[in-house]
Amino acid sequence: MFELFITFAKIGLFTIGGGYAMIPLIKQTVVEEKHWTEEEELMDLIAVAQSCPGVFAVNISIFIGYKMRRTPGALICAMGAALPSFVIILLIALFFYRFRENAMVERAFLGIRPAVVALIAVPVFKMARTAKIGWHNVWIPVLAALAIWMLGVNPVYVILVAALGGYTYGQLLH
Amino acid sequence: MIFFFLFVTFFQIGLLGFGGGYSMLSMIQAEVVTRHGWMTTGEFTDMVALSQMTPGPIGINSATYVGYTSVVNAGYPAWAGVLGSLMATCALVLPSLVLMIIISKFLLRYKSHPVVESIFMGVRPAVVGLIAAAVLILCTPENFGSPDSDPWRFWLSLMLFGFAFVGQQVYKMNPIKLICLCGVAGLILF
Repeated sequence: MFELFITFAKIGLFTIGGGYAMIPLIKQTVVEEKHWTEEEELMDLIAVAQSCPGVFAVNISIFIGYKMRRTPGALICAMGAALPSFVIILLIALFFYRFRENAMVERAFLGIRPAVVALIAVPVFKMARTAKIGWHNVWIPVLAALAIWMLGVNPVYVILVAALGGYTYGQLLH
Repeated sequence: MIFFFLFVTFFQIGLLGFGGGYSMLSMIQAEVVTRHGWMTTGEFTDMVALSQMTPGPIGINSATYVGYTSVVNAGYPAWAGVLGSLMATCALVLPSLVLMIIISKFLLRYKSHPVVESIFMGVRPAVVGLIAAAVLILCTPENFGSPDSDPWRFWLSLMLFGFAFVGQQVYKMNPIKLICLCGVAGLILF
């Protein structure tokens, strides 16, 4: 159990920028070193974890934990994946809350803010490729973005409507 | 009361946050900045910068940070902030925990079920829209300055935006390095 916790704490700790960058690390640790699963099963797990809601790293860790030790294993692995970032960010939040009024910090963050917006813009195009956006369905993301941005629609409803729309379309097709 | 709303907010985000950390950001923004006013747009953007610079999944990082900052912004002491971040993070993970365990039980059996596939035909493109919305919402005077009152900051911000976008999209520069460079630029130029 302890080994499960430590392994996923390490994986959680080394995820920088989130998501796909950690797949090789998971593969190396979980498949090649620990032999907890085979590569093929891991690929299926990744596909499922990506299409599920929630934090990708945590989702994968829950799968492996459940496979090894049922529900307690899943719980331990999820905690392992979340704990290191939780502690680090908590310390930063404590620290930053006191220093954000500092003139130097404020100026540095004025420069950082536009960069952050750019760093979120990049995955839009990356995700568009993965989601196979073409002329037939480009209206979905455009409509979704405009609804959220201009009309202030809650993104949660956008996801629910999109799921319902996909379901209805599938039913009509069959 | 804020603890209850934090829990509900992040539980909902954990339950419907398809497409990873970046699409969660627009949900977090909608709830935390627009709906509840726990943080300003500027604070939110700073939070995203900090979660990108530090290790760990963006979803966990933002939940922890928002949990702390919202509670302290509301006038509670620091220990209550720690409780707030614990609440937000647990709420975010809880739906995955339940959902993943259920899916593990029936593992992969329904992965290519036509109903599941047709649902995702709608959800996947919508997630792209969610991330785009996060970008549009963050294009505010608070993050970029305004061309009338502060043209120097505005144009410089646009240049930093362009630099970071090209650096990441074309040259695949490390995001941490990009953020640090823009921080140094801000320190010198603003």
